[in-house]
Amino acid sequence: MAALNAAPAAEENIVVASLKDAILAGVLALILFSIIVGLRTDAGAGGLQITTEWDRVLWMAAVTAVGRFLLNIFFWKRAGGPKGLSDVLPDFNRAGHVSRFLGPLMLGIAVTLPFIVMVLVPGQSRYYVDLGVLVLTYVMLGWGLNIVVGLAGLLDLGYVAFYAVGAYSYALLSQYFDLGFWVCLPLAGILAAFWGIILGFPVLRLRGDYLAIVTLAFGEIIRIVLLNWFELTNGPNGITQIPRPTFFGLDFTRDEGGFADFFGLEYAAIHRIIFLYYIILALALITNWVTLRLRKLPIGRAWEALREDEIACRSLGINTTNTKLSAFAIGAMFGGFAGAFFATRQGFISPESFTFLESAIILAIVVLGGLGSQMGVVFASLVMIGGFEMFRNLEEFRVLVFGLLMVLIMIWKPRGLVSTRNPTVFLKERKAVSADLVSQGEGH
Amino acid sequence: MEYFVQQLINGLTLGSIYGLIAIGYTMVYGIIGMINFAHGDIFMVGSFIAMILIVALGITAGAGFIVLILALMLVLLMAMLFTSAWGWTVERIAYRPLRGSFRLAPLITAIGMSIVLQNFVQIVQGARVKPLPPLVSGGYTIMDGNNFDVQISNIQILILVTTVVLMGVFTYIINKTALGRSLRACEQDRKMASLVGINVDRTISLTFVLGAALAAVAGFMYLLYYGVIDFYIGFIAGVKAFTAAVLGGIGSLPGAMLGGILIGLIETFWSGYFSVEYKDVAAFFILAAVLIFMPSGLLGKPEVEKV
Repeated sequence: MAALNAAPAAEENIVVASLKDAILAGVLALILFSIIVGLRTDAGAGGLQITTEWDRVLWMAAVTAVGRFLLNIFFWKRAGGPKGLSDVLPDFNRAGHVSRFLGPLMLGIAVTLPFIVMVLVPGQSRYYVDLGVLVLTYVMLGWGLNIVVGLAGLLDLGYVAFYAVGAYSYALLSQYFDLGFWVCLPLAGILAAFWGIILGFPVLRLRGDYLAIVTLAFGEIIRIVLLNWFELTNGPNGITQIPRPTFFGLDFTRDEGGFADFFGLEYAAIHRIIFLYYIILALALITNWVTLRLRKLPIGRAWEALREDEIACRSLGINTTNTKLSAFAIGAMFGGFAGAFFATRQGFISPESFTFLESAIILAIVVLGGLGSQMGVVFASLVMIGGFEMFRNLEEFRVLVFGLLMVLIMIWKPRGLVSTRNPTVFLKERKAVSADLVSQGEGH
Repeated sequence: MEYFVQQLINGLTLGSIYGLIAIGYTMVYGIIGMINFAHGDIFMVGSFIAMILIVALGITAGAGFIVLILALMLVLLMAMLFTSAWGWTVERIAYRPLRGSFRLAPLITAIGMSIVLQNFVQIVQGARVKPLPPLVSGGYTIMDGNNFDVQISNIQILILVTTVVLMGVFTYIINKTALGRSLRACEQDRKMASLVGINVDRTISLTFVLGAALAAVAGFMYLLYYGVIDFYIGFIAGVKAFTAAVLGGIGSLPGAMLGGILIGLIETFWSGYFSVEYKDVAAFFILAAVLIFMPSGLLGKPEVEKV
């Protein structure tokens, strides 16, 4: 009863406090945007010209103030109301509990997606299958990086280097030695793993953020070398006309002896895209399967032990050098596979595709998904890459929204979308462990 | 010899810019242990604000020397002020809610903020490069060689002098003022600092404000030195400056400046004597080499882990 009686007074305070807060936020927005938005510079005759855009500044400040006021009134300051985003939005953690059904269900959807799409949206099926290929590429990269960051706890900011090694391995091997995709795929993986060991070796002694910055540096070095080694890689112009994959020797062309001709189908461009879709799906599933298997082997347990405590790990007689190098190598190998696939899908690669932003996106997918969680990577890829495509009509605002999404999801769920872990070792009953109890990616 | 001295001057100038940005990284790292990936973009925002103010106030090289210097001082102060507001806001929005969360979370929001700032500036100011006619021209020949004269331009003098003055002011703030004391206290032990009555949140905010102000100075100098900026300059400069901070020993303020100057020198000497294309490779390579043999950087304190 007492609480009910006190309510009106509290309500008034909320309004006043929210108003104050909103006005402050509005003034701050006014200050922030005044110069950078209010005065637009454009190159004109005789140097830069100024155009004033004060109305924009006022609008932005007003939106900030009103938005903040409404959020305060309805969410943040309201007694008993939702305290933060986590009370309003769905809880992905349940996915961890029902994964017994969810996993196979999602797998089923993934396997049948091209046909579902062809039935539901026949006009745009090509676009959606292509989007599926893109999402799956990131799922695969996420799963590959998850081995390094999520399982072994080594913070790697240069994962894109191995993606690039894989892509260039295939492109160069096919260009200089006329090798096909299926021969080059394992070679690309082996070469990437090899580079993983080469780059992993010097950083064995580093930890945490030092490791992060050195891996970032290595990623940039590989990109700069690709950019400048003109004789081999054709520099910024990239490599064109990378051969497409064949289906047991059948090309996806209109000609006689092509895929469509052999099976007596009418030629359609979508055949090849569906084929690519199934290649990346198979590659991604192999990545997942290998990871899940490795977690149960001594090496996988050694990775997780390394993540939790390096010193304890060493005193138990685990060879940390081999453990770290194997994590780097296996993670890199999957990056290499994905790279070779990327090259064959695009038909054209250039160093432009392997910038730091790409590493950041892959790392963001792993962290947003919940480090070490395989399911989380899938959710995060769907949200980030699929969401990115959904905002297609926003044009230039798209990347901005992407960045904001990254910030918001992280504030909403700092431990990632799926923040429970399934232990690999358990007594009698498998209980989900809260992610708060798992040390993650601190780079020990 | 003359060529060497010339490269030395150019390298010191570039190094001063990197050093000023690196201080922002190292301060934040020292106090909350996170890589503030958006700091490079704060530098870019500072550079843009300075550029806009210079164009808006109609400052040209034609004005008299005293007027020009005063106007540039005004621009610099305003750029520092506005950029600090940006630094403060970024901390408030993206990092404070994650205080006490696990370490990778703020790293991801920092990368997110970096993407946001870059694209925001691209949208509101356009993607094309912004050329600015040289404001400070002229210089002195300090060494007469047989076929090569060593020159130091006025703008280089301006940058070096500003850096030295700022470093003096900054050292004073850190060592002698109440703010500096609370900053150092928070760096040593945040919990203990709050127990002795230091407002930790406010101190952290002020760290971001100070770092952003120094980044604005670096952005201003970059603008005057190169005369061309675009929304993408923050990334490369940020990575280099962070490299500098790590090289000098992250968390150490003199280390950041030393690292910045070393990176600047390595870069200029490499482009001067070997190849321009691989200058970044050289900088990163030396970073890797230093870290492998001295894992805590040149002036950093070795991390001792107690079990």
